[in-house]
Amino acid sequence: MRPALSVLRQAWRNPAGRVGAILLLIITLSALAGPWFLPDPRAQPDILAGSLPPGLGHPFGTDQLNRDVLARVVAGARVSLSVALLAVGLSVTIGAAVGLVSGYWGGVVDAGLMRLVDGALAIPRLFILLLVLATMERVPLPALIVLIGATGWFATSRLVRAEVLRIREETYVRAAEALGARRRHIILRHLLPNTMGPLLVAATLGVGDVILLEAGLSFLGLGVQPPTPSWGSMVLDSKEVLVSAPWAGIFPGLAIVITVLSANLVGDALRETIDPRSA
Amino acid sequence: MRGWLLGRALQAVAVLAIALTLLFFLMRAAPGDPLSRASEVRPLTPIELAALRARYGLDQPLGTQYVSFISGLVKGDLGVSIEYARPVTALLAERLPATLLLGGSVLILNFTVGLWLGVRQAVRRNQREDRWLTAVSLLGYATPSFWLGLVLAWLVGIKLRLLPAAGMEDPLLSIDAGFGVRAGDVLLHLILPALTLSIVSIAATMRYQRTAMLEVLNLPFMMTARAKGLPEREVIWRHGWRNALFPVITLFGLWLPILVTGSVFVEAVFAWPGLGSLAATAVWGRDYPVLMGASLLVAGLVVLGGFLTDVAYALLDPRVRLA
Repeated sequence: MRPALSVLRQAWRNPAGRVGAILLLIITLSALAGPWFLPDPRAQPDILAGSLPPGLGHPFGTDQLNRDVLARVVAGARVSLSVALLAVGLSVTIGAAVGLVSGYWGGVVDAGLMRLVDGALAIPRLFILLLVLATMERVPLPALIVLIGATGWFATSRLVRAEVLRIREETYVRAAEALGARRRHIILRHLLPNTMGPLLVAATLGVGDVILLEAGLSFLGLGVQPPTPSWGSMVLDSKEVLVSAPWAGIFPGLAIVITVLSANLVGDALRETIDPRSA
Repeated sequence: MRGWLLGRALQAVAVLAIALTLLFFLMRAAPGDPLSRASEVRPLTPIELAALRARYGLDQPLGTQYVSFISGLVKGDLGVSIEYARPVTALLAERLPATLLLGGSVLILNFTVGLWLGVRQAVRRNQREDRWLTAVSLLGYATPSFWLGLVLAWLVGIKLRLLPAAGMEDPLLSIDAGFGVRAGDVLLHLILPALTLSIVSIAATMRYQRTAMLEVLNLPFMMTARAKGLPEREVIWRHGWRNALFPVITLFGLWLPILVTGSVFVEAVFAWPGLGSLAATAVWGRDYPVLMGASLLVAGLVVLGGFLTDVAYALLDPRVRLA
């Protein structure tokens, strides 16, 4: 396993990956710094003055409640990015844990866990989430994050398990076992570090998936709840004013496209670095 | 082959059984119970709610519920929709053709245009056209289908008035219009939803085909074919593509969940009367039996898709079934 720094450095040499990383950085920075230079998106709405087209005062225009679309897109970036990062962190952790246990223990544990994963993979993630969210009275943001995270680890666990099955037979693992190393030591010291590469790729590509998923749920009214701005719910709100104020929906959608594209570009660059055959 | 087929079929049934059990426990693990929000969007008296709970056996112990859930499934009874007061099975059957029409057109577009573009990319690897096509397909892959649908509906349907932006047929069409007129009308309505769903899903097809084709291009028999003096077109398509088609079959199984998920959004945006919009309205109306029925059907389709993919693979490549 090459040190993380050299992987990142090599991925940086990939022009598409570099573009993606720079875009992600810009999006993150503006999401963090937004509140300092943009009007408060929660500012008292003015229904009578609503739906101004993009202009000097409001570069992205205002929505039907006269809220600044740019300010809401930036505030939505905070929400979408935090949901995506936390949910992906959760699902990668669960996926890695299940994959390691399943791959290293083998036997009944492995068979049981993998059949469970097979079954879970037969139900598209969106439907699992719809079934749970549709019964909930309110969807607090932390609950949404946990639910999205808890439904995203199935494929990751398979990936990690396959890696473990391969590494388990390597000489150094055999040597450690012969020296009497404990399972815990072997898993944490030998197996986990060697699955970091594929995990990193899965996590980066997972960020794009989760942003799209959260936007979709919010578009169906089951994700981030108003008045918290989210890109998906902004597109939903703009449906009513599609003809009179298309900018209210076009800009949040563009934000989704650019962010997901950047995350995927970085993910692809990392994959090509870690596994050059996939290029 | 027969033993292999039987084993694979049993495996599919087992996976389906696990998926159905998961769905059942998902329904029971939900906070409150699945009907707790049904009265939010429509007035239901406590008596009606209690009757509904009894109808779905929610007052029974978990084990009894599970048995009646499964026995209902076997009999094709998925319960009754709260919104429509009709059996869920009938609703699903009614909506299936529209979804098959939409999904089928997207499938055809993917497996003609998508594969063709993927092969072109592989042949022109790392040249300008390859990079350009990669960029466009990545852009499509990053686009939320509901947003693309809205933008296309606004631009093409409302601003330019080129195509109908909602529904499956023109409500003003006279009743005695001939079959040809009707079919043409449906096709016109199909263009925008099918285009939206194809744009967001074609990237996976192209990338898969590109990778598969790249591997074949370097194999020795390609050089043999060229050495024989065959025209380049024949080398690429007859010798290369035929062999690069196997891996793409796997894509079909992976691809079904993407298509189903996408159709929920695209059908909702374009009011396409299929399963996807049925699921979306069930979400809005908290019509749990319909949502559950749609999920069960989708799980069944995904398992069936995976099974058929493997069978097709084994039929075409003997190494699979011998392994």
